[in-house]
Amino acid sequence: MREDGDRKTPKARSGLRIGVLTLQGDYAAHARALARLGVEAVGVRRPADLEGLHGLILPGGESSALLRLMQRWSFLEALRSFSAGGGALFGTCAGLILLAREVRGIEQPCLGLLDVAVERNSYGRQRESFAVPLAVPVLGAAPFDAVFIRAPRVVALGPGAAALASYGESPVLVRNGRVLGASFHPELTEDARLLAYFLDRIVSRGAPA
Amino acid sequence: MTSPSDRESGTPRIKTGFAEMLKGGVIMDVTTADQARIAEQAGAVAVMALERVPADIRRDGGVARMADVAKIREIQAAVNIPVMAKARIGHFAEAQVLEALEVDFIDESEVLTPADEMHHIDKWGFKVPFVCGCRDLGEALRRIGEGAALIRTKGEAGSGNIVEAVRHLRAVQGAIKRLTVLGEEELMREAKDLGAPYELVRLVARKGRLPVPNFAAGGVATPADASLLRQLGAEAVFVGSGIFKSAEPERMARAIVEATTHFDDFALIAELSANLGSAMRGLDVATMAEAEKLQTRGW
Repeated sequence: MREDGDRKTPKARSGLRIGVLTLQGDYAAHARALARLGVEAVGVRRPADLEGLHGLILPGGESSALLRLMQRWSFLEALRSFSAGGGALFGTCAGLILLAREVRGIEQPCLGLLDVAVERNSYGRQRESFAVPLAVPVLGAAPFDAVFIRAPRVVALGPGAAALASYGESPVLVRNGRVLGASFHPELTEDARLLAYFLDRIVSRGAPA
Repeated sequence: MTSPSDRESGTPRIKTGFAEMLKGGVIMDVTTADQARIAEQAGAVAVMALERVPADIRRDGGVARMADVAKIREIQAAVNIPVMAKARIGHFAEAQVLEALEVDFIDESEVLTPADEMHHIDKWGFKVPFVCGCRDLGEALRRIGEGAALIRTKGEAGSGNIVEAVRHLRAVQGAIKRLTVLGEEELMREAKDLGAPYELVRLVARKGRLPVPNFAAGGVATPADASLLRQLGAEAVFVGSGIFKSAEPERMARAIVEATTHFDDFALIAELSANLGSAMRGLDVATMAEAEKLQTRGW
């Protein structure tokens, strides 16, 4: 069994068109992480920018600010169509909140593309932000360096979603078909395995030719 | 299984990682829970909890200190976005209190009356990240050397005049560009001239950017001001008096948020700028007495 998505040659990724939602948040860190794997990020600031993309990354940031900027351009509808049309999605931190089916404890819209319920800032304020070595079986035996910043917690997992990693009692990496969500920030570390997993095992499989 | 001892917190990457999350956003000064909610609704990425906005501090005079604890708590309870607060330059005890309150970011700020005219706070000793102001690259690197996780221009707070923020942003960007073309043997001399730590000078020369995010502050009063600073390289914008001293704070807040993200869409900024009501009344920094300037506080 090939466990490490990073072993795939960059050649297999060279044809991929991957966007990063560039409204607010750590989109620059995501673009740098993609560049390390030989993929040039497409900055997405309008729904029209989604045209021709195979996958889109929703970065960390403030979900309320992101929603405010997204709603003006009907981004929620556009992202649901993008997903329905076969586009793959990967959300980190605030991106996970946007993808969720339900946000608990606060009145906030979400995309409903990832069958989980989440709670914002559930690990505490910035003083409590942390990093831990995280066991992620789909990435191989070596632990993943997971950085949690004012992170959201997955408080319920629906039948559509599978937990690929958990910290304590809570799932922190979840997959729902072609949608991946993480409570933590793989883009803030040098470890490229999770992004490679998204590109090679989710985007490339079943991406429109 | 992960043991608790593997858990890392308060390290530089966790502090600057949080600063990364604020990019493309607007951080707004607020003095009440109601203002904080307006800021959050408008799409602010964080609020700065204050007793008075800089324009009022400037008008009232006297000693400006850390905000009242009850006020900070009230603002923290009102919103889900991060809450920042200011400590006086060198006043590490105010910073310790702010950390105990679990403020998300501490601004060691020239807007408040300095508590120490020789020393800034040793920011490495804190788990909460710090943002500090600068007027040039040397000052930025001194603050980073002391542990700041985020740098902003000082501008001239409470003036409603963008000229000083532009000056400071251009000074920092220009000096970074200069470093990238200097030879390795010239860097020590440059570090001496900048009054900056040599290792940080080398790092900036190699990377062509600061090792922490670089935001702008001081004098932002319109959507076009925000666009200007973003086009000059600022990765996010702080707005102090510019929102709640304008005629229609809610609309101004929304417009500045949109203009910060879509800073190069000029048709959109034109539309955002229409019928906004009047911006805050500004001050001419050129005719301001040196002693009235806030930017000269700190070194």
